[in-house]
Amino acid sequence: MSDPRLAVIEKRLRGVQRVVAVSSGKGGVGKSMIATALALRLRDEGHTVGLLDLDFTSPATHVILGVEGLYPEEEHGIVPPTAHGLSYMSITYYSVDEPTPLRGEDVSNAIIELLAITRWGELDYLIVDMPPGIGDATLDTLRLMPRIEFMVATTPSRVAFQSVRRLLVLLKDLGVPIIGVVENMVMKPNAYVREEVEKLGLEYLGSVAYDEGVEEALGDPDALRRTRFYGELEKVSRGL
Amino acid sequence: MHEWALAEGVITTATRFAEENNITEVTEVVVVVGELQQVEHEVLEFAFENLKTPLFENAKFTLESQPAKFKCRNCGNEWSFTSEGMTEDVSEAIHFVPEMAHVYIKCSQCGSPDFEVTEGRGVWLATIKGVKNDE
Repeated sequence: MSDPRLAVIEKRLRGVQRVVAVSSGKGGVGKSMIATALALRLRDEGHTVGLLDLDFTSPATHVILGVEGLYPEEEHGIVPPTAHGLSYMSITYYSVDEPTPLRGEDVSNAIIELLAITRWGELDYLIVDMPPGIGDATLDTLRLMPRIEFMVATTPSRVAFQSVRRLLVLLKDLGVPIIGVVENMVMKPNAYVREEVEKLGLEYLGSVAYDEGVEEALGDPDALRRTRFYGELEKVSRGL
Repeated sequence: MHEWALAEGVITTATRFAEENNITEVTEVVVVVGELQQVEHEVLEFAFENLKTPLFENAKFTLESQPAKFKCRNCGNEWSFTSEGMTEDVSEAIHFVPEMAHVYIKCSQCGSPDFEVTEGRGVWLATIKGVKNDE
């Protein structure tokens, strides 16, 4: 008959003002870095912020934040621990560093399970680091979190943008709110992505230059805050 | 899944069902729980008692357990779940997110993590009985 997990998801997100998915059609565009930095930036601006890593096969936000030794508290469900001021939830609490080989249905079930057990409480923003592409996880988040808005990341590469375009067209066709597109890892100015985004009638949130310093700042949010990347993300967070 | 989240989900779903079907008093709710969830029945019953609304005042909550079975997609081997020999951390990980079985359990014959949970994965509301208002 009915799956009782679905009924609680809506309740779990009731205290969250905005749910923002940071997504991309393709992997390797810096989506997790943008999601994490954006969450930290919103927190620095005085908002209450949650960060949910839904990239089960390649979780990365725990590495960027340098999360170690944290574990969710059990209290009528799961209360996400606080990492650098963020309510932080990741599958890595349970999978640790082991590979997580999940097929589509398993991905769906794991997403449902995490959304059903996690008690976010009151948040201004819940930033969701999405797996790349338009597969099960993307379709499930659209189904399970109807209020979700998308911020889409790309690189200047035409290859990356072709996949991003497919994601954007899908979201547009489904009537999902799209905050805009961030062009990341820009090495030399080029109008290609901006023009393509504008042709789709969408907001180009800005470009973020390739920053070698980001790798050095992994695991240290204070160091990340000092990078040029973090500074340049200000225009992106203004898009919210 | 956590027992309290599960109890909350069952009550919310059953309430919705009762409203849609003009049921004014629920007399019985049967929940089937897959073994992989490793739900503690006593905790779940306690959660039901604490979360129930007047609609469930006289309701009997029945929990049925379904054994978990696996079938390897690689070699076809079929075997049953056992928590024997599992560390507490692994057991807890599978309890909260049963898909973690694919992280910690391997086919007992070929060692592949690519297996199907053929039975005993889910939790679902099997039966709701109640008194209907026919007015």
